[in-house]
Parts: sequence; structure tokens; C-alpha cells
Amino acid sequence: MICCAAFGLTACLAAAQPAVRVEPSQPQGQQALADQTRSAAIADYLGAWKSMSEALEQNRPGLLDRDFTGSAKDELSATIAQQASLGMRSRYRDLAHDLQFVFYSPDGLSIEMTDDAEYEVQVFVHDKPLAAQRMHARYVVVLTPGAARWGVRVLQASPQP
Amino acid sequence: MRRGFPLLMTGLALAMMADLAIAQEQGINLPKSIEAGSVFSVRCSGSGEGTVYIVGPGQVLRRDVQLGSTTSFPAGSLTHAGRYLAILSASGSSSDAGSNPVSSFDVVPASEPAKISFLARPSRLPVDIHDAITGAVYLFDTYQNLILTPMPVSFDLTNPSGAGQKRSVTTRDGAAWTAMDSSAHDGTDHFVASAGDVSSARAVVQVAGDACNLRMSVTPSDGKLVVATDPVRDCSGNAVPDGTIVTFTEAANGSKTTVDVPLKRGIAKVEMPEVQGAIFTVASGVSLGNQVRWEK
Repeated sequence: MICCAAFGLTACLAAAQPAVRVEPSQPQGQQALADQTRSAAIADYLGAWKSMSEALEQNRPGLLDRDFTGSAKDELSATIAQQASLGMRSRYRDLAHDLQFVFYSPDGLSIEMTDDAEYEVQVFVHDKPLAAQRMHARYVVVLTPGAARWGVRVLQASPQP
Repeated sequence: MRRGFPLLMTGLALAMMADLAIAQEQGINLPKSIEAGSVFSVRCSGSGEGTVYIVGPGQVLRRDVQLGSTTSFPAGSLTHAGRYLAILSASGSSSDAGSNPVSSFDVVPASEPAKISFLARPSRLPVDIHDAITGAVYLFDTYQNLILTPMPVSFDLTNPSGAGQKRSVTTRDGAAWTAMDSSAHDGTDHFVASAGDVSSARAVVQVAGDACNLRMSVTPSDGKLVVATDPVRDCSGNAVPDGTIVTFTEAANGSKTTVDVPLKRGIAKVEMPEVQGAIFTVASGVSLGNQVRWEK
């Protein structure tokens, strides 16, 4: 509210969006990644973070359906079930993404990228705040095409190289 | 009253110091990195009872602990790779979100691959094409974690005669790929990707390419002409599959007759009208065959 009063609604909304930077390099693979494919993959990946955040905060696995598939969806759904059984929920707020495309499979059926992500995690137990922590992790992401968008099949944080 | 006030203040100060001391004593220690599925321990300093929460997008755990001791988590407790938070909440503490001891750590994939996700394309293609067969793999451990440490992957493409191509590629961020030539002879090749003790195989059917050196002959038969090809083969000598269309054309007296005929038992054959001076041509796909002028 203070932010909105001071800087106006546009500035507030802009502040809520994570900063996104994309490395310009071409991924390994037989074919070049078209700009349109690149843009769609980025937009769908960022959308997946939003879905994940909402799903983990509200403990609603159905919110993952649009953006996640395969093992990533199974893992997150299991986490939500664990949270719900423990009376927990967690809020993931992504602050910045530094993306790099690392692999585009020759058949065009998977895209892999890395994301040096900064995000904030807040954990609640029975709606009482338990902890809040700012995190920095290198995520490895594998996207595969769905009917209308790229779905996240692997979302795995790894130690910083 | 005057004597009571300093006593009250002293009591409050002592209570605050005691709280501070407890907060300083409480802490949570665990390794910075744990292999997925392995045993690990968490040491919680302080005294009394508490609860440890382990929180990540891949998994959430809760465990009651005795402060001042080490709590062991058995194998298989934490299986999903990723970055986690370990949070200690002391029983009865009224601490807010900012004061519970928190530590972050990584769960890393096991080093041995247990599953290969292998995509081979295409499943059917003509023979003798450069870099036409591609294979891409992702390596996973037994808990479906992508193995990110570089690992050698072997790609083998073997044809029915046993000859083949072999490539060794090291994974980068869990992925590796290769491209191979289709072989000179038709048949079903086996395309195998292997890493460590696991492998995955795909069948790649290679069929004859376009017709090559297409030849036909024309012979009279009961007032008509029988136009037939020699056995149709590709440039590597493989029989072009039955059903492939061969087009015969007869041009005579300013008119043209075209007939499409599928290969049957390796040849294409058709009857066409006998016209003096007619010129016959044959083609299949992009391949043109010989030309015959009919003179009785």
C-alpha cells in the first residue's frame, strides 16, 4: 500500500514481477532455437513459477496442471500433500531469474535451461509464520511441449558450480 | 513501591537476558550437501524439546527433536534433489518467523544412473542419409533426479549384419545427444544408449531410398504393349519397397497418356495402347528412367 501510494500502481505491479535476464547463447543441439520458441519457453517457465507458488501457498495441487508435467508435477503434488498433512504451507516469491538455454533436443521435444534464481521462501505452520529466508539457487529445468504450452518436466535446484 | 520498581526492572532484565541466551544457544547444524536417499543427521543445539522442519519444493519433513542432541534421518527420508531449508522451532518458544534458526542445504542426485530417458528419431527413414538419426538422453538416478555431474554416455547403432556406428558423449547438465548416418542397407537397426549399468534400446527401420538407374522395356502382346520396369532398386542396391509408385508416360500424335503403377514384387508393369512412334518414359519420385521409342 505504501509502495502504491508513493510510486503509483504501475510501479507497484512492476516491483511484483521478478527481474528476468536471458543469456544470449545458443543451446547445444542440432538445430537453432527459434526466437518464437525461446520466448514461449521463457514465458511458460515464468508462469510455472507463479503456479508453483500459488499451489504451495494454497496447498492446491490442481494449480500445477497447466504448467507442470511428469516427475516435476508428481514431486510438487506430493510436497503439497505432505504440507497439508502437517498443517503447513509455504510461499515462494521469485525475485530474479538469470536464464540460459543449454540444450535443445534434435527432435525439438525438449528444452533444457538453467536458472540462477533468487527467491524468498516463507513457511507457515497452522498459519503462523515459522521462517522466512531469501534463497539463491541454480535450477536446472527441462521443458517438454504440451498441447498449448511448454510444461516443466524437471525443476531441480543444484549446488552453485 | 520505590523499592519494588528496581526489583521489577532487574527481574525483567534477567528474563530478557535468559531469553537471549536461549535464542543464542539454539541452532541447527547439518551437512551442506546430502546425497539423495542417504542417511543424514541434524544437530540441534540448545536445551529442551523442539521440532525440525525440512522444507523444499520437492519434499517436506517434520521431526520432533531433543535439543542438544543429534537426530538421525534414515535412508530414503529425503530423496528429491534440490535446495532445502532446515528450520528449528523450540517447543514453547514464542519466537517469530525471523528468529527460528534456519539453515539451507542441498540434496544432490546419486552418482549412479538408474534410468535413461532416450529419445531416438526418426523410427523409420531411408538408407544412406548423413546425420539423419538422432538420439538424445537424460540421465536420472533411482529417485528420478536428473544427474548433473558429467557422465559418459555411449550411443551404438547396429544393423542386422552386426556393423554399426559408435559414439561416446559426455553429459552436460544431465543431457547428451548424437547424430548418426543411416546405413547403406535396409533393415531394422538397434539404437542403444547406455551409461553405467543401464541402457535403453530403440528400433530404427531403414528402408530403401529413391529408385536409382530406373530402367524399363516395352514388348508387344496381343495388339497392346506391355511396359515393365526391371527390378527397382535404390543407389545402394536395396530393393525399393512394393507399393512405391512408378509413373509411365506414353506420348504419341500430340497426346499424352500417364499411368501410375505401384511396385509389385519389385517391378511395375502395365499395358498401354500400341501406337507407332510412341515415346515411353518412366519415373519414380524424383528419379527419371530411360526413354523408349516404339517402332514395329
